[in-house]
Amino acid sequence: MKMLINVPETVVADALRGFAAAHPELTVDVENRIVVRRDAPVAGKVALVSGGGSGHEPLHAGFVGPGMLSAAAAGEVFTSPVPDQMVRAAAAVDSGAGVLFVVKNYTGDVLNFDMAAELAEDEGVQVAKVLVDDDVAVSDSLYTAGRRGTGATLFVEKIAGAAADEGAPLERVESIARRVNAASRSFGVALSACSTPAKGGPTFDLPPGELELGVGIHGEPGRERRPMMTAREIADVAVDAVLDDLDPSGPVMLLVNGMGGTPLLELYGFGAEVHRVLKERGVPVARTLVGNYVTSLDMAGASVTLCQADEELLRLWDAPVQTPALRWGR
Amino acid sequence: MLDAGFLQRWMAAAAAAVEREADHLTELDSAIGDADHGANMRRGFAAVAAALDAEPQTTPGAVLVLAGRQLISTVGGASGPLYGTLLRRAGKALGDAAEVTPEALAEALGTGVAAVAQLGGATAGDKTMLDALEPGVAALARDGDFAAAARAAREGAAATVPMLARKGRASYLGERSVGHQDPGATSAAVLFAALAEVAS
Repeated sequence: MKMLINVPETVVADALRGFAAAHPELTVDVENRIVVRRDAPVAGKVALVSGGGSGHEPLHAGFVGPGMLSAAAAGEVFTSPVPDQMVRAAAAVDSGAGVLFVVKNYTGDVLNFDMAAELAEDEGVQVAKVLVDDDVAVSDSLYTAGRRGTGATLFVEKIAGAAADEGAPLERVESIARRVNAASRSFGVALSACSTPAKGGPTFDLPPGELELGVGIHGEPGRERRPMMTAREIADVAVDAVLDDLDPSGPVMLLVNGMGGTPLLELYGFGAEVHRVLKERGVPVARTLVGNYVTSLDMAGASVTLCQADEELLRLWDAPVQTPALRWGR
Repeated sequence: MLDAGFLQRWMAAAAAAVEREADHLTELDSAIGDADHGANMRRGFAAVAAALDAEPQTTPGAVLVLAGRQLISTVGGASGPLYGTLLRRAGKALGDAAEVTPEALAEALGTGVAAVAQLGGATAGDKTMLDALEPGVAALARDGDFAAAARAAREGAAATVPMLARKGRASYLGERSVGHQDPGATSAAVLFAALAEVAS
């Protein structure tokens, strides 16, 4: 497996050094692996801190900036950051108005953010948490750790970030973040496995003629494997899986997300099919975003996230944002 | 009786054993998890060994508390807080005694295991590190025999092969987790093997 890296042990630090060089508008602490808004703490405003394993770029550091995250903590590849990083990030961005932790529902992320929240509160930082768990592929039963957090993270971070930018208090930012998560569902499909630097090759075996339906963003298998399908057929399966779980009463916001190894040519073609299915199912689409936002290293494939929209969520979605990976309106 | 030096030797042996087993742990984790367990454990225990070298502790409890804190600060993922809690709580349970019996160590580790179960919300049989930790600690508590504890932990890890994962990343696989040994239970068995090694 060829990878454009030095050694596996330094991939995250190397990437952060490059990120710092490319984005002088952000403060990058390579040693502690946190990325912070240059103007933080912003007086009187609630701060948003997120983070997670590396390998999902641009999530999360790519979403740091005005209108979205105040800071992000980068863990090792597919490994959550440690509490020290989150505490440092929270302390760097807290203006006294409190901090919202945006946490994807994986055991490691939940445990480390819980520990961090306790430690930050010991230091006098008021902390609230929102758990993102939008993936319909794994059911919330007695036997699982609950749904995984995937594409909805982008909607939560953007919309809650806009609310914080408007000056909403912590309680309100938290409740909007929870509302966005509750209104969002995702489903992912893998056409190939992803390769971690530590392993030096694919982390699971997906034969060339097959695809994995309901894949997770760490390459965790999902519901089933089937012989390769067309974009049209995949769109039918993915959208129906989401709509089985989310019954939108009005327009939705749509994210057609690439897993990292699929070109935009294919993603836009797939997006066209997603629009077609949604039209056939009578679901109007208010906003569409297509691109690689919540990735899984070099995995080929895509995920579909729908978020039930309303006037307020659309207004906050449309609000100006200026981050490395998402920017509009200013 | 076991003194601080014994516990430091355990942590050093654990670091060496985790280093030897890292690729195997990652291989197991790539079958049912996300292929990072070996690398994470290696990073954490290397930090533990370095911290104890730099700051030798004077009581068994202090050794374990420092080791646990290092794991929480360097590992990340689920294994950082879980293994960190195991050692930190065990160390706190030992208090500031200068020497402890193997049975007292077993009891303290039992306190740590209970804290791990609570933090992770798992019980034995869920295909997690608990499936090796619980039998290992139970064997040690029975007669203070480190070799027997290592054997029980190893057998506990092997017994996870046919289990259906109910917690952690592997739980997303459901039925497909069956047939693979749990990487967390395996690393727990590695820690017990290191303990038996320094005791012999």
